[in-house]
Amino acid sequence: MTTSTKRKPEQIVDMSWDPITRIIGNLGIYTKIDFANREVVECHSTSSLFRGYSVFMKGKDPRDAGFITSRICGICGDNHTTCSNYAQQMAYGVKPPKLAEHITNLGEAAEYMFDHTIFQDNLVFVDFCEAMVKATNPGLLTRAERTSAPRGAVHGFKTIADIMKAFNPFEGEVYKEALKVSRVTREMFCLMEGRHVHPSTLYPGGVGTMPQPNTFTDYLSRLMHVIDFVKKAVAMNDDVFDFFYEALPGYEEVGKRRIMLGCWGAWQNPDVVDYRYATMNQWGKAMYVTPGIVVDGELVTNNLVDINLGLRIMLGSSYYEDWVNERPFVTHDPLGNPVDMRHPWNQTTVPVPQKRDFDGKYSWVMSPRWHHPQTGEHLALDTGGGPLARLWTTALSGIVDTPYVKATGSSVRISLPKGESLPETTLEWRIPKWSNTIERDRARPYFVAYAAAMALQFLEEAMGMLRSGDTKVYENFEVPDEAIGCGFHEAVRGVLSHHLVIRDKKIANYHPYPPTPWNASPRDIYGTPGPYEDAVKGQPIFEENGPDDFKGVDIMRTVRSFDPCLPCGVHMYMGKGKTLSTVHSPTYGASHG
Amino acid sequence: MSTQSSTTEERTGIDEIHILWISEGMSCDGDTVSLTAADQPSIEDVVLGLIPGLPKVNLVNKVLSPSLGGEDFLAPYRAAARGDLKPFILVIEGSIPNQRIIDGEGYWTSFGNDPETGQPQPLNWWIDQLAPKAFAVVAAGTCATFGGIHAMAGNPTGCMGLADYLGWEFRSQAGLPVVNVPGCPIQPENFMETLIWVLQHAAGTAPPPPLDHMLRPQWLFGKTVHEGCDRAAYYEQADFGKDYNSPKCLVKTGCWGPVVNCNVPKRGWMAGIGGCPNVGGICIGCTMPGFPDAFMPFMDEPPGATLSTLAVKPYGAVIRRLRGLTNDMVNHEPKWRHNKQKLTSGYNPHYRP
Ligand code: SF4
Ligand code: SF4
Repeated sequence: MTTSTKRKPEQIVDMSWDPITRIIGNLGIYTKIDFANREVVECHSTSSLFRGYSVFMKGKDPRDAGFITSRICGICGDNHTTCSNYAQQMAYGVKPPKLAEHITNLGEAAEYMFDHTIFQDNLVFVDFCEAMVKATNPGLLTRAERTSAPRGAVHGFKTIADIMKAFNPFEGEVYKEALKVSRVTREMFCLMEGRHVHPSTLYPGGVGTMPQPNTFTDYLSRLMHVIDFVKKAVAMNDDVFDFFYEALPGYEEVGKRRIMLGCWGAWQNPDVVDYRYATMNQWGKAMYVTPGIVVDGELVTNNLVDINLGLRIMLGSSYYEDWVNERPFVTHDPLGNPVDMRHPWNQTTVPVPQKRDFDGKYSWVMSPRWHHPQTGEHLALDTGGGPLARLWTTALSGIVDTPYVKATGSSVRISLPKGESLPETTLEWRIPKWSNTIERDRARPYFVAYAAAMALQFLEEAMGMLRSGDTKVYENFEVPDEAIGCGFHEAVRGVLSHHLVIRDKKIANYHPYPPTPWNASPRDIYGTPGPYEDAVKGQPIFEENGPDDFKGVDIMRTVRSFDPCLPCGVHMYMGKGKTLSTVHSPTYGASHG
Repeated sequence: MSTQSSTTEERTGIDEIHILWISEGMSCDGDTVSLTAADQPSIEDVVLGLIPGLPKVNLVNKVLSPSLGGEDFLAPYRAAARGDLKPFILVIEGSIPNQRIIDGEGYWTSFGNDPETGQPQPLNWWIDQLAPKAFAVVAAGTCATFGGIHAMAGNPTGCMGLADYLGWEFRSQAGLPVVNVPGCPIQPENFMETLIWVLQHAAGTAPPPPLDHMLRPQWLFGKTVHEGCDRAAYYEQADFGKDYNSPKCLVKTGCWGPVVNCNVPKRGWMAGIGGCPNVGGICIGCTMPGFPDAFMPFMDEPPGATLSTLAVKPYGAVIRRLRGLTNDMVNHEPKWRHNKQKLTSGYNPHYRP
């Protein structure tokens, strides 16, 4: 906390939110809150769903992997299919035709636009809407009513409170428009990938989408109809988030973590990528979102090979048997570097259902960590909800240089053309001071703009190819007897990797690592908490309500800023907390209040 | 959330109903996400009362409900389990794990906590409590209807479809069997239409929805993919694509359209846009009871296709009969999907070829 100098005697209350509704399974957040000092003193994050993809993929035809792994996620299934195809293409030694890469890139751009919009405007922003602020910080709302919105000329709202009203669920103007935009952007997606959420036209080796001029003009016309919405979203978000910092001094501490961000890169450059492991560092850096790891503000690496070799899957608080005594599948990568036993290529998943015990094992999520080769630390990297890490690594790396998007070393400049009501606009996202709740949320609308801008470039290139008669979208291949592969991509909410081992033309091992295990992981074998746990623990409480009518809005804003898949409307603690005599009592559900 | 109880146990003329949606089955929640893509009608239209002839609908779904989370979110489910909230339609999303193969106190998936122990409350408990009290039980998506991806060979959870779990002879309070809306995920409008029919039945303005032997709405799943595919003319002319670069019939590259019951190529995915074989995606049979195992490996020509594509020239009754046989074959669930105290999926985590 920034203001208190002398700590008062603790008044600890257990507070839990379970289920926090989200896309894959259930997320529960269990906290202990010191109401005397208005601070969260402990946090556990738990997931109570096991599904077992890495188990039942074994022995299957590797070409089926993309179709199956799509079903891991009901909102970003296409990101899985794409990532799986990247991994397979490495294993099969096949490079899809350029037009197929453009079509895949366009599908993924539409996915980012759809998913970030529905999440930010219909789900996250409910935590910042008028109704919510009234229920949690009435004083703040009064102030918002008196504060004029600096970017009113862009978005059309006079005061900050007017913006907050527009985000009220089901009734607010922006809330309703965002739902519509999320449908139009999904139509754009279906034009490229057939179906949302489990695409039908993506294959290893390319796509089956029939490229015709209208395939791209149907996409372009829809994109141009939402382009002004994108500009307005950035302006509205900036206004509200700047207001929070200004009106609630110390709000930057909410959800703040040490800067430890990972991004695995998005959108292949069709002119460079060949999917070979030996050249992975080169084509990785040519991606239109630059992969990288940023620790304490410094860029540790942009190399996908380093990123790959540093992956470690840890146990500690998860319901699984360890696999260290199994036979390894991969002892060395194709460049001859040793591969760790805790690396996804060597993992064996053996589920052991059991009781939940916060002092022992308490989650179905494992703990992915990144082994820093210089410091030897096992870093609990987070994804910043996706956009924060993507923009950060791209900006700092300064590699991306395209007609519509340019990385400067400290910022990313995004140019969007003229739309129905707003002129051509250049937006600039600058590397922020903190990795915290507000900056995770702020990065999201900027990334929607980024995706829209990249889509324009992909459209122009695809149209050019089509007009010159180059319409090939699929390349044949043979499944080898033995091979390994890895795919790196960005799911909407952050890092996504798939690791594959083929023996006898069958899947011998397959491990997908989506962003949610990174962010939602429990304490690992060293006791290092996962990012949700770490970000919530120690954060100050700004909500004006006391323990009896506490809603937990600051905590929910933090958890939701990571985009824990798709949380709904408003999920808050209701009812009374239970005051504890000791801090170590087991945390029960809210009904125990 | 009010715990209004209906004044009558009659099966018709209900003027207000709750939809209790549980997506905590083994699933990706893609059916809920698909639902938000529906625009003909949209879920908002139903909730806001814009469709004539329906009861007032109170939707409780974790993505769409404006309720508070945690215990507040669970309150209507708890009330319904106690018998204090009725009538309600229970929608289940995701396949049902076999809780009986677990020794001791573990769980595969849960929905909130058991207030007595503070431990996660398994999904199965909720289904056992709620299904018999529901006006109707609807299975959303192939996971809930037939088990789907999570019930594939080698799975560790022994999961299965809802009708396998409750028994195919199960009847809800309204006397309906489980209403199955398959699709991985549901085609948005297919689900909305089925829901509306069930709601109209609740309001007393429509008879029960007509279902086939796999409990699917007949008007949606009565025809094959092939019968609605805009590449079918190529099939008829025996003009088959050799790889995925082709706008022609995809049967040689893995399309199962001739024997799969689904209307997506005809209807598109949303607002008539997208789909599967019509836009270049092989049909992998995602609406079918035998999905996925019966259709794998997906990218190979379906067995039996060679015969029927050869025979396509003297086509007619013979083809229809052959196709009928294959359609029967893929319209059955594998026997390993069951609720017995034994895992028979072929699970082997230590698999090494
Ligand atoms: S693509 Fe599939 S559904 Fe379409 S005609 Fe060919 S076999 Fe039938
Ligand atoms: S056409 Fe086939 S793959 Fe496509 S939705 Fe229908 S059953 Fe599923």
